[in-house]
Amino acid sequence: MSEALLEIRDLTVHFATEDGIVEAVDSVSLTVRHGEILGIVGESGSGKSVTALAVLRLVRPPGRIVQGTIRFDGEELLSLPEDAMRRVRGAKIAMVFQSPRTALNPVITVGRQIARLFEIHQALGGREAWQRTLDILGLVGIPEPERRARQYAHQLSGGMCQRVMIAMALATSPRLLLADEPTTGLDVSIAAQILDLLRDLGRRTGASIVLITHDLGVVAETCDRVAVMHAGQVVEVAETRALFAAPRHPYTRALVRSIPRVDREVVMEPIPGTVPSLLAAPPGCRYAARCPLVQRVCDERPVLVTDEGGHAVACHAVVLETVVARR
Amino acid sequence: MGWRRLTRNPLSFAALCAIVVIAAAAVLAPWVAPYDPDEPDAERTLSSVSWRHPLGTDEYGRDQLSRLIHAGRIDLLVALSATVLALTVGTSLGMLAGYRGGWVDQILMRVIDAVMAFPAFMLAMAITAALGNATVNVVAAIAITHVPIYTRLIRGEMLKARETEYADAARTVGNRPHQIVLHHLLPNCVPPLIVQATLAMGFAILTVAALSFIGLGIQPPQSEWGQMTAEGAGYVVSGEWWLVLFPGVAIMVTVLAFNLVGDTLRDILDPRMRGMR
Repeated sequence: MSEALLEIRDLTVHFATEDGIVEAVDSVSLTVRHGEILGIVGESGSGKSVTALAVLRLVRPPGRIVQGTIRFDGEELLSLPEDAMRRVRGAKIAMVFQSPRTALNPVITVGRQIARLFEIHQALGGREAWQRTLDILGLVGIPEPERRARQYAHQLSGGMCQRVMIAMALATSPRLLLADEPTTGLDVSIAAQILDLLRDLGRRTGASIVLITHDLGVVAETCDRVAVMHAGQVVEVAETRALFAAPRHPYTRALVRSIPRVDREVVMEPIPGTVPSLLAAPPGCRYAARCPLVQRVCDERPVLVTDEGGHAVACHAVVLETVVARR
Repeated sequence: MGWRRLTRNPLSFAALCAIVVIAAAAVLAPWVAPYDPDEPDAERTLSSVSWRHPLGTDEYGRDQLSRLIHAGRIDLLVALSATVLALTVGTSLGMLAGYRGGWVDQILMRVIDAVMAFPAFMLAMAITAALGNATVNVVAAIAITHVPIYTRLIRGEMLKARETEYADAARTVGNRPHQIVLHHLLPNCVPPLIVQATLAMGFAILTVAALSFIGLGIQPPQSEWGQMTAEGAGYVVSGEWWLVLFPGVAIMVTVLAFNLVGDTLRDILDPRMRGMR
């Protein structure tokens, strides 16, 4: 169980813009274990989605993977020939998109779109592919699959479209599912159903899931472990429970404090400032400008330090604190 | 739903009927034409409109109605072949340019720009004049002048479509580039293609007629609307009005019908373009 299915090391992605190079993802290292649900949290522009696209090697120009290694199931994806990579996409690693309605082709029936996957990856014939399509639509909880399969995306509700996307992602029983904000734009009860579905299907198929979100509530409900990203860097990685019980990085603490709560008399505190520009980012800690604990040492880049419990944090102040506490 | 809207507007309904009637007459020409279009009748040369010859006869006594029907056959056939050819070639080039981008796009689009730099009719004239005026050359000439329409249209649609999330989604599940273009992006371009092709049919008919009018298109004895108009033009002064009027009307009605149907289709299939000209 503890062995890694996906291991990202020092992944760096640059976007060449007219104003210079943007470091959208900066030396990100992440591990996804077999069968777990890993949450990646962060504000918009923190590099969550780009990291996921990089795993599929689908970062499009002007974006470019500059360095790093991505080992998936013993294979180094970044050095795989394009042909072999295509067999990984969809078959072994699948992706669920943020806005299901626009991620489904508007002029092809949803059933046809799923059936094509069976034809591409499993070389099934038309009739068999269609039957499998109906099966999987039923599996993701779509009522009347025969009727729905013949409809177009605009004829389905948002939640239904997301179920179709999930059916598409799971069609070929991938080992890893990348879900990029799968519940954004869905109302709360539908979002909860979709999360349940993901969790349930993950457990049933043994697939690992990377759940990208900006919603800590979603993380708390769904994920086994969490990675917090800020400005293209991973700042903290921990078991979900440990993270919520004792967030260490000042950014994570601020994130946790910014969750609106009704059960306690806690004042909601928004995080000051915005995600810093990643254009010619400062060499030091990228959170320094917003951080209440900032010190002189923060001009240097903090590294991710992992403790015995597997709780990792990249912050000079916090690491110093623990060292002092131990003495 | 779209079909109802096409038939609800009286004007576009009339246009649609006109196309159906003209097309049926063209297809069934040998059976619906009252006379052999090439059969001279020395007794009745240049006879006016009558029960026997509803649209009169020409200088050899050939039945004008029969000649018009057979002429429509060749006009529609040439226009349709040219449209299909231009559609196929233009769409392929547009897909290549739009999806591949880069230098392929640059080279293709500069060539297309060069073709578009010539006035379309002058180019068609030049091609038929150079290649000779066999019917295939007329088809080729018209097709070449129409290719840029489709290439530019499809290239634009591809540029739009390849940035969409469903294109991304298609990539994430391991589609090859050509599969993405053909299976996922091209179906989205079909509505504007239908509109363009319908409008282009009108232009194509006009071009065949115009080429034949100046003697570069379809050659006698095969009758053709433009060429019949040219022959009839000489008789206007001497009073044989039917010789120029009816082929002219045939051209006008057919072209108008295609344009009207094309415009209505555009309103139905592409609401964004409504009100634009």
